[in-house]
Parts: sequence; C-alpha cells; structure tokens
Amino acid sequence: MQAIQLQWIDYTVLIAYVAFVIGIGWTLARYMKTSSDFLTSARSIPTWVTGLAFISANLGALELVGMAASGAKYGIATAHFYWVGAIPAMIFLAVFMMPFYYGSKARSTPEYLKMRFDERVRGLNAIAFAVMTIFASGISMDALAKLLNELLGWNYNFALLICSGVVLLYVLKGGLTSAIYTEVLQFFMIVLGFAPVVYLGLKDVGGWHAMNHSLQAVAANPSALYLKDAGITYAPNAWTSAWQPLLGGPSANPMGVDWFAMIFGLGFVLSFGYWCTNFLVVQRAMAAKNMTAARNTPLVAAVPKMLFPFLVIVPGMIAVALTSMPDKNYRIPPPIVSQENYAKAVDAVRSANPADSVAAVKAVGDALGEKVAADKIASLVAANAASKLSDDQIKQGLYNSMTENYYSGVILSLVKKYCPPGLLGLALTALLASFMSGMAGNVTAFNTVFTYDLYQAYFVKGRSDRHYFLTGKVITVVGIVLSMGAAYFAKQYDNAMDIIQLVFGFVNAPIFATFLLGMFWKRTTGTGAFLGLFGGIAGSTVFHALTIATGNLPGVKGAYLWNILGQAVPESCKFPSEMAQNFWLAAFAFTVCFMLTLVISLATKSQKTDADLKGLVYSLTPKIVDHNIPIYQKPAVVGIVLLIVCVILNLIFW
Amino acid sequence: MGLDIRWPIGFMFTLIGALLAIHGAVVKSDHAISLGININLIWGVVLLVFGVLMLLGASRGKKNPPAA
Repeated sequence: MQAIQLQWIDYTVLIAYVAFVIGIGWTLARYMKTSSDFLTSARSIPTWVTGLAFISANLGALELVGMAASGAKYGIATAHFYWVGAIPAMIFLAVFMMPFYYGSKARSTPEYLKMRFDERVRGLNAIAFAVMTIFASGISMDALAKLLNELLGWNYNFALLICSGVVLLYVLKGGLTSAIYTEVLQFFMIVLGFAPVVYLGLKDVGGWHAMNHSLQAVAANPSALYLKDAGITYAPNAWTSAWQPLLGGPSANPMGVDWFAMIFGLGFVLSFGYWCTNFLVVQRAMAAKNMTAARNTPLVAAVPKMLFPFLVIVPGMIAVALTSMPDKNYRIPPPIVSQENYAKAVDAVRSANPADSVAAVKAVGDALGEKVAADKIASLVAANAASKLSDDQIKQGLYNSMTENYYSGVILSLVKKYCPPGLLGLALTALLASFMSGMAGNVTAFNTVFTYDLYQAYFVKGRSDRHYFLTGKVITVVGIVLSMGAAYFAKQYDNAMDIIQLVFGFVNAPIFATFLLGMFWKRTTGTGAFLGLFGGIAGSTVFHALTIATGNLPGVKGAYLWNILGQAVPESCKFPSEMAQNFWLAAFAFTVCFMLTLVISLATKSQKTDADLKGLVYSLTPKIVDHNIPIYQKPAVVGIVLLIVCVILNLIFW
Repeated sequence: MGLDIRWPIGFMFTLIGALLAIHGAVVKSDHAISLGININLIWGVVLLVFGVLMLLGASRGKKNPPAA
C-alpha cells in the first residue's frame, strides 16, 4: 500500500487537536495543589465526564485497530467482547462493587486490598499492575508508531517521541483531571472521526443488508478471500449472526469457540476481572464527586460501550464485503512488503517464462518474500508477456495475489479509501486520540499505584504531602520513559507481544476470585487471598505449559512442557483455536484461585475483626439508601434497564 | 474542578467543523473518493453544530453552578 499523503488541511486539524489537549493541561495546572489533586482528582468530577473517560481510557488504539481486524476475521460475533465481555461486568461494578471502592476511601484498588486483607496481597497486586500498565502502554505505542511509519511514512522514533511527548505535557501539568478531561474530548474525537468512514463504507457496499448478503457468500468459501484454510466452510450466517454459529460448536464458527468458554471464560472471568478490578478503569469512577456519581460512572460508560461495535467492528465486516466484490477494487491489506522486494518481484515477473508457470510462481513468491496465489501470478506473468505492463500495474497485480491478510491494516485502508483531504486529517487525528487516551490512562493509573501503593507503602513512609505530590510528577515522567522502553522491546522481538499478553493472562485471570470472595464473604483471610492468588497465577502458567491451539507449534503459544518431556502433545490438550485456549485458561485459573482461597481461608484465622471490615465487606456494610435520588439516577434501576437493552441487542443479532 | 470541559470541546469542534465546512465548500475536486458526496462540507457542518451545542451548554451551566 502506498503511503498516505497528508495536506495542509489535515495537519491543521491535527495541530488544532494537539493544541487543545495541551491547553487543557495548562489550564488545569493551577488547580493542582496536593498529591490528591494530581493523582486522584480530589473526587470532584461530574458523572458524565468520569463516565466518558471510563470508556475512553479503555478505548486505546489497539482496540480500534484490533476490533476492526476481528470484525473481518470473525464477523459480528466479535461484539461478544462488548455485549457479553463488558456490559454485565460494568453493571455489576456499578451496582455491587463501587460502594466498597468509593466508600472505603481507598485511593486505588491495591489499597482496597490492603484494607480488606493485608500488605502481602496489596504488594502482589500493585507490582503486577504496575508492570502490566507499562507494558500495555508500550505495546500500544509500538503498534501505533509502526502504523504511522508504514502508512504515513513517518519515522518510527519520531512518531513515538511526538505522541508520548504530548501525553507527558498534559498529564504532567494537570494530572489525573487532565487525563480524564482530555479523555472526554478524545471520546468525541474518536466517535466523530470514525463515524463518517463507517457511513461511507456501508453506503459503498450497498447498505447493511447488501453487506450481510455478501458476507453470507463469503462464509460458504472463506478461503477465496484467504480468511481461512482451503476446504473450510461455514453456515451462511457465520459472519452475520452472533450466537447461532457459536451454539453449533467450535467447528461451526470462525472463532473456534464453544458457548461455555464464551460465557464463563470471557463473559465472567476475563470480563469481570478486567472491568471490576482493573485500576485503569476503576480509577475514573473513584474520581467522581460523590457516591451516586461514582456508581453511575460505569453505567454512563455502558451506553457508548454497547454501541461501539457499530463503530469499530462493522468496518472489518465492510472490508470483507468489499473484498468479495470484484468491481470495488479493494482487498483486505496484504502483509506490508518493502519497496525493495516489490522491485525485485516486478523484475521476477518480467523475466519469468510464461510457459513454465510453476517456476515463475516460485521465483515471484521468493522475490516478494510472501506466499502468493499461483493462478494469479501465472495470469499476471501471461498478461505481461502478451502486452508489457507498467511497474504500477504489476505492483497492483502482486498486491492482489498475496494470500495472507494484514488485518491490523483494515481500518486505515478504509480511511484511505474514502476520506478526502480534511476528513482524512480528522480520521487520523481520531486514531492518534485513541492512542493518547489509552496511554494517558495507563500512565495516570501507574503513577497513582506506584506513588501510593509502592513508594509510600514500602520505601518512603510518612513524609509531607508535598513530597508525594512531587514524587507523583517524577513517576509520571518515569512511567512514560519506561513505556517507551517497553515499546522498543516490543519492536525488537517478534514474540514480545505474545509473551507480554500471555503474562497479562496469567496475572489477570485469577484476580477476580480474590476480589469477589473478599467483598462478599467476610470469612476470607489475608493468607487465603494471598496464597489463592499465587496459586491461580501458578495454575494458569501450568495450564498454558500443557495446552495448545490446533495449528500452533509448542513453544511461546503453549504446550512447551511436552517438548521438555520429549513427548507429542496429546489430543486432549489441544484446543480448536487460540481464543478457546485463552478462555479456558481464564476459567481454570479463576477456579483454582477461588477454591484455594476458600479452603485456606477456612483453615486459617482472620486477623481482622468485624469492626475492621465495616465498609469493606458486603454483609458488614449498611445498605446504601437511594430514596432521595430520582429514579433515573438509581444504579440498580439504570443497571436493569441497560441489561435489558443488552439482551435485546444480542437477540437482534442472534 | 475549575474548568468546564464543555468549553474546550465546544471551541475545538466549532473550529475544526468550520474549517472542514469551508474547505468542502471551496475545494470541489476531491468528491470522487467519497462516493461523490461532499463529505467535508456535510460533516464539517455536523461538527460545527455539535461544537456550538457544547458551547451553549457550557454557558448555560455557568449560571447554575453545579452542587459541589
């Protein structure tokens, strides 16, 4: 794909956005007087603002790019990550868990664990979280810098520096408030920047029904678009129905997942573990101005979250539909090939002997360095022999003949296809905004946890607030520098991203069991929670070492223990897809952590009295009385309404 | 906290909306790519209206300071 050329109007939009974001930081700087102002926003922000920030912090660049990619790979079933994997957990957080987070006056989720259990549990959680946020931020920076490099021709280092520089400026000036405020601005930027692209794409494929119609044809033969291996076919609704293909079992849907893994693994363990315990999002709700506002924050966020699939998944489906229509002259982008290799391959096409197509195909494929479709190369060589083709014509032919897809390029390829100068600037600014909101979210969560839960708790206790205020600022800089380091690490090693995400999985999967038991069972002890969490992490590591997805080789992707033992991986340890492996791993880790915590708690004595646990455990905390607030602000009522809407959405796309 | 976020959001989208709308109204050569629609003009106006609504909300909010 040729680099996208930006014009002055595009740069003007981009610069206007950056100027406003930095301006917000500078305006807020004068309100930053204490460490609490800087790190926790001193609990002063209205609900709609914390709600939109809640969702924006989660909406990183990886989500925009990744969800469009999954939309192409799996179709509308990708919406399960929203309607199953987010909404129920967000409602649970609002109705049941927020009262303890907000009511306990804890400044972070690890601090809640300290109050509920002891220092050990907090330490384990705080360290794991701090490391994770740095790597999460680094991975997404690396992905964005690569994208800007490949598609705009920007220098990788320059892209990395400029984006983190902007985030550093406004977070350092205005702290968490600055991050939350700019996240709201970024939210609108992302929605308003991508909406016209989705509209134009849908219009181009002939509307929703025409898109579904072409996707039905694709499902019958997905290998024609290189979406699956040759010979695999699905029912016509594999890309257009969310539940029916899932109920047919792993072999009936492109995700390769069964309904139990989807509901228990994703919908319960992974989803509740992320939305209800991850400080990155919970922090936004904790910054709200009062208890009702804090509880309503995830509910406000649930509304856009429920509708996001139409913004982020539909582009992937549009891309597949477009690829299946020959007259649209579009394909899902193939792997990125250097200009050098293109030039070599063009020469190979010119010098190939049309009579010996096998040799021609091999020569061209080797020159390009990618797998190619034999029939397309053969006809390209023949066409060139019949009448000399230009370099660009041959390049286009090579582009179309590659048999692998670079799904991460889907969203930008649509932006490039439909956006004239002006709108192009807006859409690219939206992409940058999504990246910055994700990064600022990670950095503000990191500096709070590091300052309060590690620095103040273990290293330098009992100093003045001024000391911790300055520490928070220094840690902000350190956090950004470390994330850049993590980005270079991810760039350096091809496997880095797999390994990092694997470790996230190990750490994240069991944690919800700890919070669940801690909040709702007063008998849970610190020793039980600590050992249970440890056992859960160890359990997921062992589970991963023994299992693998069909088609992967033992190693980073799992099952390396069999290699060490010198045995073949037994069939019973194979999953139909990586996604299925992940979901089952989560389910397993949760169960181990839950059972261990339960048993060890029963066997040990709690160090905390009932009085200590008031406000931290469900049965020992007075119920919140909602009588004095209007019905549309009552979390339980709003939560039920949202849940009903979510069920209706699932039924519509059944 | 001191700043009503609707002000910067309103100003930014008013500015960008006006910019896109004017660009769309003046430059008419690049509509082919967006399926023959003058998307810059249309979407510029949408952004402009959104920005102005935000500004209106912010200026009305000032008269009724939010309960702390």
